[in-house]
Formats: sequence, structure tokens, C-alpha cells
Amino acid sequence: MTRGLPRALVAYSCLILLYLPCLAVAAFSVNKARFGLNWKGFTLMWYQKLFENEIIFEAAVNSLILAAISTVIATVIGTALALGLERTAWPKNALRLFETVVNIPVVIPDIIMAVALVFAFSFLKRLSSVFELGMGALIIAHVTFQISFVTLVVRGRLASLNPETREAAIDLFASRIYHFRRVTFPLILPGVMTGAMLAFTLSLDDFIISFFIHGPESVTLPIYIFSSLKRGLTPETNALSTVISLFTVILALLAERLTRVKANS
Amino acid sequence: METPPVETSPRETSPIETSLEPTVKGPPPALKRPTGRLAGLLAAGPGLFWLTALLALPCLSLVAMALATRGQYGEVVWAFSLENLERLVGYSLFGWSPDILWILLRSVLVAAITTILCVAVSYPLTFHMATRSRSVRVFWLILIMVPFWTNVVVRTYGWLLILGPQLPPAKLAALLGLIPPGGALYPGSFAVYLGMTTTFLPFMALPLYASVERLDWETLEAARDLYASSFQVFLRVILPQTRPGLAVGVIMTFVPAMAMFVVTDILGGAKNMLIGNLIQQQFGQARDWPFGAALSLALMFLTLLSLALRKSKAPSGKGTFL
Repeated sequence: MTRGLPRALVAYSCLILLYLPCLAVAAFSVNKARFGLNWKGFTLMWYQKLFENEIIFEAAVNSLILAAISTVIATVIGTALALGLERTAWPKNALRLFETVVNIPVVIPDIIMAVALVFAFSFLKRLSSVFELGMGALIIAHVTFQISFVTLVVRGRLASLNPETREAAIDLFASRIYHFRRVTFPLILPGVMTGAMLAFTLSLDDFIISFFIHGPESVTLPIYIFSSLKRGLTPETNALSTVISLFTVILALLAERLTRVKANS
Repeated sequence: METPPVETSPRETSPIETSLEPTVKGPPPALKRPTGRLAGLLAAGPGLFWLTALLALPCLSLVAMALATRGQYGEVVWAFSLENLERLVGYSLFGWSPDILWILLRSVLVAAITTILCVAVSYPLTFHMATRSRSVRVFWLILIMVPFWTNVVVRTYGWLLILGPQLPPAKLAALLGLIPPGGALYPGSFAVYLGMTTTFLPFMALPLYASVERLDWETLEAARDLYASSFQVFLRVILPQTRPGLAVGVIMTFVPAMAMFVVTDILGGAKNMLIGNLIQQQFGQARDWPFGAALSLALMFLTLLSLALRKSKAPSGKGTFL
């Protein structure tokens, strides 16, 4: 076919353009040159320096703590929210209102969400110091956008469940709690896991919201990289970026694999 | 969803059932409350409260904030004024200037051009993918999805490295006289469009692929057999069939592209500022929250407008992604 060749050219160019930035960063991370971009030979020195750099280590710890805590909170709240929406006969208008609220973080741009959170925290910090810009506020901010994604994934899973299992359980006098523990929860668990994985990667990946909310003591990795672009590049930044990219990609692929295996079984 | 309570079941009269009578009285408790709204509210309540208190209400309060003024030291003074809305359309103490309006217009334009570039590239890409064998298709899908998971700051930084003065792309451009010798390919529109298009390509390609994969290839062949030109085939056969995926892709590209902050900040320079950069400035150096709120409202308005346009244009794509 004559149409195949130009298409293939475009397709392969897309792949090259998609991967070139990350590959360039990876290539420069093993370049001996301290300054400039000329190739001076292979080295793993910058990776070693990376692990000795305390500021980067702290940023990495911050990113992981933030992602872990916010994911746990968001998964619990988001799963409950999905169950509450899907398993209750809400009046149509109420359900539509709830769905609109849940969809806000998916629909509006990150930067508006960041502005809204900054506003909310500026009022709420009079009530509690948790809302002062810093780690506590960062966790709350990340939970806010994670809840929606967890809810959407778990609700999708709930909607695909066979209603007959529920009817059977009720016929057999299972209490609501017993039925949830023994029937619903095991069935939605893969959805909950996918939602949690998605929430975790979104948190690690987030830049804009963290950038607006973070304090001097709570710099995360994306913020560190961004500010090091402003201060002047170091080869450690290349090594750091490569490590982060590999980490998130492996995590995302694992999540993919996990859900596919669970869905098949 | 709920089953109506079945009071008279034949089983209840059976001897086994009656022997259970002392322990179980009447129909099972779950059936007594066919709606169970209290339980539903208990489950959904915390999440709904969280999102309302931290997101929905603050979004609405943007309106109040936009009508306030900035104090001398950057604090918010709650005195009603239309000053920020006037500044939005260009009026200030120094008379009218098109600067802000130009940034708003540029945000829409850059987002539109990015979307068009992504569409133009995604059709050949997804057609190539859809015509591969099954296992190769899955491989391509993963290849397109992986960059989607890498951090946008890292990817943009990668372009900063590639477009630097010592590397072939910049040297070639200098040789052609496009940039002064020894210069870099950033900051500038070229770098911005390159960064934007590669950032949003997966957002366009993945939903579009879902539609292209389900395309009825026989209608394509029929159209060609009937001597339709390539343009006609696209307009009359491919476009109608891929509209749902295209609509989702356009929204998923256009809305975040309009609000882009990272790519324009790193690769754009002052001449390529978008509304996102301007909003960030109000919360950073300028410390003018009321004006930041007014700008956010403008961005929100543009977002809702594009969502509304999509809903009215493509009702068939409803409920696919958003």
C-alpha cells in the first residue's frame, strides 16, 4: 500500500519526539563533562554524587512520604465515596450535583485547582496550623485531587459488578457489613488497587499544585528540578531526572500489569 | 438497583424456614431499607465534604476575591471594586493597553495550534497503529502511554538540553540563518510548540486510537473504489466515524494546553507568556491575589466554554472520558 509508508514515517517520528527528551537527559547523566554539553566520556559519577546530595535525598523522602500518606487517605475516602454514590438510590438531581463535585479536579486545569487550594488554606490556617504552607497542606492538597480519580476508578468497577451476587447475599440474610466484607470488597479490590496506584503516580508526578502549596521545608523532587533549572544546571539534575522517570514508568507499568492480571482472573 | 422487598416467598412456609423463626424475624434487615440513604451519606459524606470545602467553595469564592483589591503590602483588602475585571480587558491607571487581552488571546491561540498539530500527527500515527497485528498494537499503545507518565518538568528540561547551542539542531538552524550563530533554539515559539505538542500528543493519540481501532475499513475501501479523493474520504468517511475519540482528544489537549505553565515558563521566555504564567506571577512575585483570581476566573470561563461547545457538538461522545 502506498499510504503505509508516509504513515509509518510519521508514526516513528512521533516515537522519536516522545522519547528524545528523556533519552537526552539520560545520555547527559552519564557524560563526564561538568559544564557544557559536549561528550567527554562515560561515567556513573553523577549518580554517586546524587545519592550523597542531602538536599536531593530530602526532596526524594518528601515526595515519597507525601505520595504514600496522601494515597492512603485518598483511597479510603475515595472508595467510600464511590460506594456511597453507586449503592444508594439518590434522587437524580442530588446525584448529578455529587458527580459534578467529584468531577471538578478532572475537568478544571491544575492551575485553577492550585489557586483554589491556596485560597482555601489562607482562610483555614486561622483554624489550624495544619493549613500553613508545608507538608501538612501538601498532603491535604494532593488528597483533594486524588479522591476524584480513586472514586472514578472504583465506581467504574462497582458498576461492572453483577448485581445478582448482592441479591443472593441479601436473600441469604447477610448483613450489610458482612456482605460488604465478604462479597463487595473482594470484588472491587482490583479497582481499589488501580485507583491507589493511579493516585500514587499522580502525586509523584504533580508539579503545579505542589509548586503553589509547598513551603521551604517541603520541597518535592519536581519542584527541586524546576528550581535547579532556574539556578543553573548541574549534572546531578540529569541523573535525578533519569532516576525519577525510570521509577514512575516502572510503577505505572506494574500497575497496568497488576490490573490486567487481576481483571483476567 | 435495589430489589423491592419480597414479603411472600414460598420458602417461608417450608418447615426448615419455620424452624429458623426464633432467630430471624421478618424479612432480612437490608431489604427493610430499600434506599439506605443514611448509610450512603455516611460513606459519601467525608469525600463530598472534603471536595466541597477545599475545592468547590474556593472556586466559587474566586468571584468574591476578584472583586476585592490588593493592599499596599500584597494583602487582600475586602473592598468592592471592579478594578480587576477592568484590568482583565486592559484598563489600568495608565489607560488602556492590549497586553493582558493579548496574553488571553495567545493562550487560546497556542492551545488551538497545539491541538491542531496533535490532531494532524495523531491521525497517521493511530492509522499506523491500528493496521499492525494485535501484539504489535499493544506494544505501540504502551510506547505511547509511557511518556505520559514521565514528569512534565523532566521532559521539558530534556528539550532545553536538546535545543541547546552546542547540539546539532541549534547548529543546523544557525547554519540556515534562522538564529544567530552560537545561539540556542529557545526561548521562542518553536521550542514552545515542540514542547507542547510532545507533551499533549498522548492525550490526543490514545482517545483517537480507541475510535480508529473500531473504524469500519470496508467503508474506506468502498469510498476509494468509487474514486473519492483522499480529502473526501477523510471528510466523509473517517471523520464521522472517529468523531467521539477526536472530541475527547481535543478537550483533553485544548483545556490543559490553555492553562500550560511549565513548558512556556521553561522554553518560552517573556514573549510567549500564557495566562497560566500570568496567574502564577500574581501568586509569586507580584503578590496580587485579587487580580490572580480575576485571571483564574477568565481561564475557568474559557474552560467551561470549551466543555460546553464540545457537549453541544458531539453528544455521541458523552460519558467516554469526562
